[in-house]
Amino acid sequence: MNFFILTLIKTGILLFIFMTTLAYLQWIERKVLAHIQLRMGPTRVGPFGLLQPLADVIKLVTKEGMIPSHVNKVFYLLAPVIAVTLALTSISVIPFGPQVEIFGVTTYLQLTDLSMGILFLLALSTLGTYGIALAGWSSNNKYALLGGLRASAQLISYELPMALAIAAPLLLLNTLSLREMVEAQQGYYFGFIPKWTVFQVLPLQVVSFIIYMISGFAETNRIPFDLPEAENELVAGFHTEYASMKFASFFMAEYANMTTISFIAVLLFLGGWHPLWPAEYGSDYVAPLIFFFGAAILLFHGLNPARPKDKLFMPPFGIVFALVGVLFLIPALKPILIPIFWFTGKVGAILFLYIWIRGTLPRFRYDQLMNFTWKYLFPVSVVNLMLTGLVVALMS
Amino acid sequence: MPPLPVSQIPLNWYLILSATLFLIGVAGFIYRRNIITIFMCIELMLNAVNLSFVALSYQWKQVDGHIFSFFVMVVAAAEAAVGLAIILTVFKNRQTLEVDEISSLRN
Amino acid sequence: MDVILFLVFSAIAVACALNLVVQRHPISSAISLVGVMASLAILYLLLGGEFIAMAQMIVYAGAIMVLFVFTIMLLNAGAEKRGVKRPWAVYLGIPLLTGLLGIISFLVQGQVQGSPPVILGGFTGGAAGDVGRALFTRYVLPFEVVSVLVLIAILGAMVLARKEIE
Repeated sequence: MNFFILTLIKTGILLFIFMTTLAYLQWIERKVLAHIQLRMGPTRVGPFGLLQPLADVIKLVTKEGMIPSHVNKVFYLLAPVIAVTLALTSISVIPFGPQVEIFGVTTYLQLTDLSMGILFLLALSTLGTYGIALAGWSSNNKYALLGGLRASAQLISYELPMALAIAAPLLLLNTLSLREMVEAQQGYYFGFIPKWTVFQVLPLQVVSFIIYMISGFAETNRIPFDLPEAENELVAGFHTEYASMKFASFFMAEYANMTTISFIAVLLFLGGWHPLWPAEYGSDYVAPLIFFFGAAILLFHGLNPARPKDKLFMPPFGIVFALVGVLFLIPALKPILIPIFWFTGKVGAILFLYIWIRGTLPRFRYDQLMNFTWKYLFPVSVVNLMLTGLVVALMS
Repeated sequence: MPPLPVSQIPLNWYLILSATLFLIGVAGFIYRRNIITIFMCIELMLNAVNLSFVALSYQWKQVDGHIFSFFVMVVAAAEAAVGLAIILTVFKNRQTLEVDEISSLRN
Repeated sequence: MDVILFLVFSAIAVACALNLVVQRHPISSAISLVGVMASLAILYLLLGGEFIAMAQMIVYAGAIMVLFVFTIMLLNAGAEKRGVKRPWAVYLGIPLLTGLLGIISFLVQGQVQGSPPVILGGFTGGAAGDVGRALFTRYVLPFEVVSVLVLIAILGAMVLARKEIE
């Protein structure tokens, strides 16, 4: 098929799914946080508050997009554009699955595979600093400026341990292309321990993974490193002066960056779309079992409703879950859906970790933040990289 | 789509582009008085030279030009760190960034 | 395709470079310089320098220029004062520089004979592996020297920027 048409179709599908996911990530975050804090979270808009993201989007789009009179207009308008564009671009190199055949067309579940994929992602994440720094500076507001300054200092500092933590598994995988990276992690030790990078040269890569995740939290300005937007010190940090779609752009950029960090973690350390245990021990049946289990719970509660409206909403959702579960059993769809299930499952687990930590940990103080990276993370990652290099050199 | 005036770009055009950028950098270096802008003009000149290195690397089909520009980048990073520290100190002592006003050594 | 990419991105590079020189506020200049660097990275890709293009984005645009923007924000110094102190420099310098550019272009066109046309994929030796191999074999001494230089620069920057201890 024509390369351009195929790419257009893939881009369209990917963009739709990704944007919807970003909107619903917000819903999931609010629900999970609420349950951590023994609340209900959004319940009013739609069943279980499921239409809340839609309501939020409509609110943000229709809001008046006012520009404060004291800002530097060019950079004030440029900053959210930079932030959201760079954050969304990174999705274009992420592989979601292996080579598949859909309707007679053989294609990769990926928009494009760069031979420098991981460096491209790093470049995008470093450039993302400009969006935040410019937003803070152009707002002409002391809180925003402080937030922007904190953000750029924090991003520069945490970039170092992050790059070093990424370099260690790259030594083992011997490639920079994201697709080859996942393909290199195929197979199992002794038939059941997956050859993911985390499980190679055992303690070392676990350390890189942990360093990577900590720096990833700092890179995305999430709790416990959310000093650029610490609401009880800086109002809202760098986006204090932003409203409507411009605010939504920053919001979307933050969530897109979160997913990108999770994507890299899964591709680099957790074996991409390879299942946790081999197919001969039944890893293909995990997905349908999970969906059937969910369907069973929903149907049970729908038929024995605790609240009157459960009778209305739960059975349809149960049927949808069951149908999705059946999809995983169809032999023609299996080679496409199973890798996507494992990939999104791992990404979802890391995103859940993000939310869990947000609900659990307090915020760092600024000097603690800087001390932590320069005095602990950075030396540890250097030593870790050297040890990994030594092991690779001895093995080859 | 109308036909383009040229079907292929000769390598010379890259060298001329490099020269153009370099001379723009020189112009900025001479005319500007803000010390940070002057510093950025130097970076622009280094970038222009890097383009020449990479272009000539294409001509000789060898990787050496890339290595040179890599070293230029590293040296530029070191230079930026020290230079910006000097600028910070100057600003702390003089409260100005205009190079014409920092002239205590002039007789 | 190569022609369009070259024309577009060289135009962007020159426009951003001119904007760098013309703008009076340092932060506008800094962002223009980032534009120059990004378009140069694309030109490097056209010339087959994959690794150097990514290094350009990460090291130059991502690290050095962020440091510049950070310093500008930290000092929060306003725009440069209006007015040219040395008008003769403008009247004399711009024609001179244009003339110099003409001479250089003439020399390049005349002297560098048989310059090959640039085709995407005409040179594929610029991948990370090739650069790394050259860097750690033939250029290992400069590499080590440069690492010492970076160490000295870090120390120098720390000494210069630290607070005075009374």
